[in-house]
Amino acid sequence: MNSTVATLTARSLLGRRRTLVLLLLPLALLALCTLARVLAGLDPDIERDLEGPLAPDLLGAFGIAVLMPLLSLIAGTGSIGPEIDEGSIVYLLAKPLNRHSIVVTKLLVAIGVTVAFGVLPIAVAGVVLTGEVGTVTLAYAAGALVAGVAYCAVFLLLAVVSRNAVVIGLIYALVWESLVGAVVPGAQSLSIQQWSLSVVQRALGDSARRSGIEAAVGFGVGTLLLAVVTVTATTLAGRRLQTLRLNQSE
Amino acid sequence: MSAVEIDQVSRWFGNVVAVNDITMRLDAGVTGLLGPNGAGKSTLIHLMAGFLAPSAGTVTLDGEPVYRDPEIYRRVGLVPEREEMYDAVNGWSFVLANARLHKLRDPESAARRAIATVEMADSQHRDIRGYSKGMKQRIKMATAIVHDPAVLLLDEPFNGMDPRQRLHLMELLDRLGAEGRTIVFSSHILEEVEQIAGRIEVMVAGRHAASGDFREIRRLMTQRPHQYTIQSSDDRALASALIAQPSVSGVELTSGTDGSIVAVQATDFAAFVHALPRVAAREGIRLLEVRPADESLESVFAYLVAR
Repeated sequence: MNSTVATLTARSLLGRRRTLVLLLLPLALLALCTLARVLAGLDPDIERDLEGPLAPDLLGAFGIAVLMPLLSLIAGTGSIGPEIDEGSIVYLLAKPLNRHSIVVTKLLVAIGVTVAFGVLPIAVAGVVLTGEVGTVTLAYAAGALVAGVAYCAVFLLLAVVSRNAVVIGLIYALVWESLVGAVVPGAQSLSIQQWSLSVVQRALGDSARRSGIEAAVGFGVGTLLLAVVTVTATTLAGRRLQTLRLNQSE
Repeated sequence: MSAVEIDQVSRWFGNVVAVNDITMRLDAGVTGLLGPNGAGKSTLIHLMAGFLAPSAGTVTLDGEPVYRDPEIYRRVGLVPEREEMYDAVNGWSFVLANARLHKLRDPESAARRAIATVEMADSQHRDIRGYSKGMKQRIKMATAIVHDPAVLLLDEPFNGMDPRQRLHLMELLDRLGAEGRTIVFSSHILEEVEQIAGRIEVMVAGRHAASGDFREIRRLMTQRPHQYTIQSSDDRALASALIAQPSVSGVELTSGTDGSIVAVQATDFAAFVHALPRVAAREGIRLLEVRPADESLESVFAYLVAR
């Protein structure tokens, strides 16, 4: 961890216009959950739903399946991709710094951003929906956190190896995880979303089945895969940064 | 004192050979890397800076290979050609961040010193995105010298500078070179290079075309065969008078759009430009137009390669 790299990364990440999206997504989630809460006050049926499957549905379907991959995509690729495209990464690379420490620092900044704009809003949404800092809130916050860490690591690696990291990341998150995963059961086993859902399922305990939550993999396999993917992606990104070819005019 | 040694280095990208079997040693003092655009100068600087692996040969700094060794940056400063920096910060913060990334003992003093050296103290608290091209170039320079490196590599540092800034940078490089640092900068403008470079290495199409001090390079460039086209009041008489001159190796009478033209090949540029008006005056011929046919930098470089 290098505090100067972290500061430069945070300032350039949060100083970009696309960062506005970072704010829009959690605001949309909070607005949706607040609306559900208000409607529950007016309609007993909705209130029954809210106490049953509606809260997990909203936090899972919007929070973990949409908010976290998109936020992590912006934060993970944005923490290093633009610097590589513009060539300003040279100011970090022409320094006596370990390449892995640059990558780890940037990953930590990206994770920090996803926690601030993703995990915390999901926790707040959980409180709005359930009215308490209970199991549901904590389970989804934990699931969002592990998903954010793994997504950020993968998207950061993508940004180091490809200039089309955002497109590839979107295809992975939206097409593979959501579309293919919904049709082809096997595809769900290779999905960060499902691995983090296994953490949510474990944290919810018995109530998971009542809410219809069933991850494609077990808790042990899920956490193992999350850890392996995070560590492998971070190591590969560091290695790739050692041999990164800078853009040049000739 | 540090020396960069390039030994039989080639670098290719797919089918394109960017640097072709180059051997040179760069010692203390200012060396200009001269060549037209696309000659492979930037690739060579990236090889020296340890950002590119040579496809063949070795690049070493004081005997140690530079590729994939971040420790060399304690002794090497780099001014990249591209302008982009961390635009959201101001000049002072950026130079200070560079000093901190070098883990200097007193980064604030180092940053202050570097900014004063490039004369940016007045504008240091403005955001980089508001800087002019010349100001950006100077802040880039400050980040490269903040750790007092023994070797300074600059990729087209004069691009976008106005004459005053250019002069200032030239004086600065001259001073840094005189202090015993190894300074290497690339340029495609001979006049720029010859003003400050004690040594010039000429690159053309990836190859090392010539090497020497500016006098040698100037001589090579001016003593090459020069082509001229001349229109006069009596082309045939001029042609026969010119072929008698020792500085002329060939004369051809051709017809152009405005009548006939004398195409002359001169072997000695200085002697020919001296002789031409005298010959014309002696023969009573009026010179209507004298036009150098191949003065483009590319043709000068092409000659050096074919030599």
